[in-house]
Amino acid sequence: MKLKMLIRRKYLPITITVSLFIATYLLAALKYPGLLTPQVLFYLLIDNSFILISAIGMTFVILTGGIDLSVGPMIAFTAMISAWLVEVLYISPLATIPIVLLVGILFGAIIGSMIQFFNVPPFIATLAGFFFARGMCFIISVDAIRINHPFYKAASSFQIRLPGNSFVSISVVVALLVVVLGIYLAHYTNFGRTVYAIGGNESSATLMGLPVPRVKVLVYTFNGFCSALAGVVYSIYMLSAHGWYAQGMELDVIASVVIGGTPLTGGVGYVFGTLFGVLIQGLIQTIIIFDGNLNTWWTKIVIGLLTLVFILLQRLLSTRGRTQVISSARKAPADSASPAAAD
Amino acid sequence: MNMNKYLARIKDSKLLWPLAIIGLVLLFDLFFVPGFFHLEIKDGRLFGSLVDILNRGAPLMLISLGMTLVIATGGIDISVGPVAAIAGAMAAFLIGGESFTNTPLPLVIVLSLLAAALCGVWNGLLVSRAGIQPIVATLILFYAGRGIAQMITQGQILTIYYRPFYYVGGGHLLGLPFSIFLVALVFIALKLLLRRTAIGMFIESVGINSSSSFYSGVDEKNIKLLAYTICSLCAGVAGLVLMSNIKGADANNTGLLIELDAILAVVIGGTLLTGGRVSLLGSLLGALIIQGLTTSMYSFGVPPTVVYVAKAGVVFAISLLQSAKFREAITRPFVSKRKVAK
Repeated sequence: MKLKMLIRRKYLPITITVSLFIATYLLAALKYPGLLTPQVLFYLLIDNSFILISAIGMTFVILTGGIDLSVGPMIAFTAMISAWLVEVLYISPLATIPIVLLVGILFGAIIGSMIQFFNVPPFIATLAGFFFARGMCFIISVDAIRINHPFYKAASSFQIRLPGNSFVSISVVVALLVVVLGIYLAHYTNFGRTVYAIGGNESSATLMGLPVPRVKVLVYTFNGFCSALAGVVYSIYMLSAHGWYAQGMELDVIASVVIGGTPLTGGVGYVFGTLFGVLIQGLIQTIIIFDGNLNTWWTKIVIGLLTLVFILLQRLLSTRGRTQVISSARKAPADSASPAAAD
Repeated sequence: MNMNKYLARIKDSKLLWPLAIIGLVLLFDLFFVPGFFHLEIKDGRLFGSLVDILNRGAPLMLISLGMTLVIATGGIDISVGPVAAIAGAMAAFLIGGESFTNTPLPLVIVLSLLAAALCGVWNGLLVSRAGIQPIVATLILFYAGRGIAQMITQGQILTIYYRPFYYVGGGHLLGLPFSIFLVALVFIALKLLLRRTAIGMFIESVGINSSSSFYSGVDEKNIKLLAYTICSLCAGVAGLVLMSNIKGADANNTGLLIELDAILAVVIGGTLLTGGRVSLLGSLLGALIIQGLTTSMYSFGVPPTVVYVAKAGVVFAISLLQSAKFREAITRPFVSKRKVAK
């Protein structure tokens, strides 16, 4: 019964993602036994907590068939605002964090409204957000701001002890809470069902009477909230802020979601898969660090190649599953997934 | 009557908004940047801010032209920056760090463009044969490309002392920067390819519906492959210009973030991201808007990093102006009033 459920086409991409993660981990552990220490796994979460938080928001955006390029600059922007409020204006962190989260929510709502009410393609609307957030960073401060506030320092160094002489940081707890929130929203609420319906076919979702405009704006608002939260976690992780921080992180986040089994066409995928998408990316980085003798350029090339392998494997395995299901039907056009544009 | 028809044609033209924005940027310069329109001839060469915009904007214009084809097929290529870096690194590697060149200059250019074209073939194969979504397929080279460029330069910034190579980005022909002629050459070649052969129609049909193009006998896979190859080739030419401008190959920073500017230029120019439309001239105008804005801001005395905020404003304005819903919303009060008056 269980096995049958796993093989069901619906769960295939997520099964592949999880097994790819486990297989890579075990294979790498054969070569570098140090990987088997539990703390290494926890470090995967600690070092990628902000990517995970942002990727959960991104999963919802991609599920509706959209995309958000502005998350990297948004993380830098919110980290910058936090640092500026705390270190330059001497505002209490307890006030700063809600303010920053509100900025993220507002930012997301504006972008969502542009997309929903003025039919601006998500790629372009969020590109405007991208430039705006990056520019605002430098308007606040051209130089890096160090965060010396005791609250941030305490939050950064606080360790939650776990059995087996290992620990996680507060950011991991926050990230996992966001994952749980994401799973709840996606699979147990009307909001989540509408998100999937929009990704499947926006016109039919509208004709079914679903609140498409509201949900679409909410999805980008939620993503804005997630990237602001990721920015807060990032500022705690780095204990500083600079305008060029989190450069290219939007693509790491998007790649995590895609590797996690949510295609950019929307309507299909699981929030839970995104968790493993992030972990796989983190694992690749960790393996490269464990290897230790790769040049910077090899690191980049290997990350590119491994991303390719994951995408190809996933595509290969999932199309095979699909053709088995519809083998009795007429041959489907081979490129059913390729005409998908970015938006 | 005839006049009305003419006005309607202007109003419906996709080039109207890009042209209006360029006009706005130039109007701003007219009032706020003294001497912006000043042109002078020194040593038989034309100098001035306007020439500067064309010259500095050349790499972006080149990449936007190539990107137009890819976007017209319904795809997107985010690896153009790294591909430009690869072509630049390749050229620097072949020339070497002496005042003479290790490889004949024509061979240098051919080989570096070949390297760029190979990147395009790789992207094209991933999209057309492996059926990977374009943004994900090109993401791979986006990650790996700068690594490959670094590998070619062995992680160093290679400086070029071979003077004839400077001509590509800094030379002058008939008093104008040579890079402008490069852009014109690529533009005319692509225009001929699209409008004098069936390829333009094929690209648009693939962009509108890939499957139905396939069933109508269009070789959609090779059309996509061609679009990505041409796009990378253009990125390669841009890489050579960029490298010639800084007289060296910087694997990390050549063409950084240029993919976003190029996509922006194409969209400003009226090519839809959903594919099916080609407007090469629009993309050129789009690239000129971005460069014109940047140059104007610099001459106005704004710090480089703040230009991002201005760019955001322009993207915001243009995307709203291009949105039919927005135009309807702002023109509705006027339209209804006129009807009432009648």
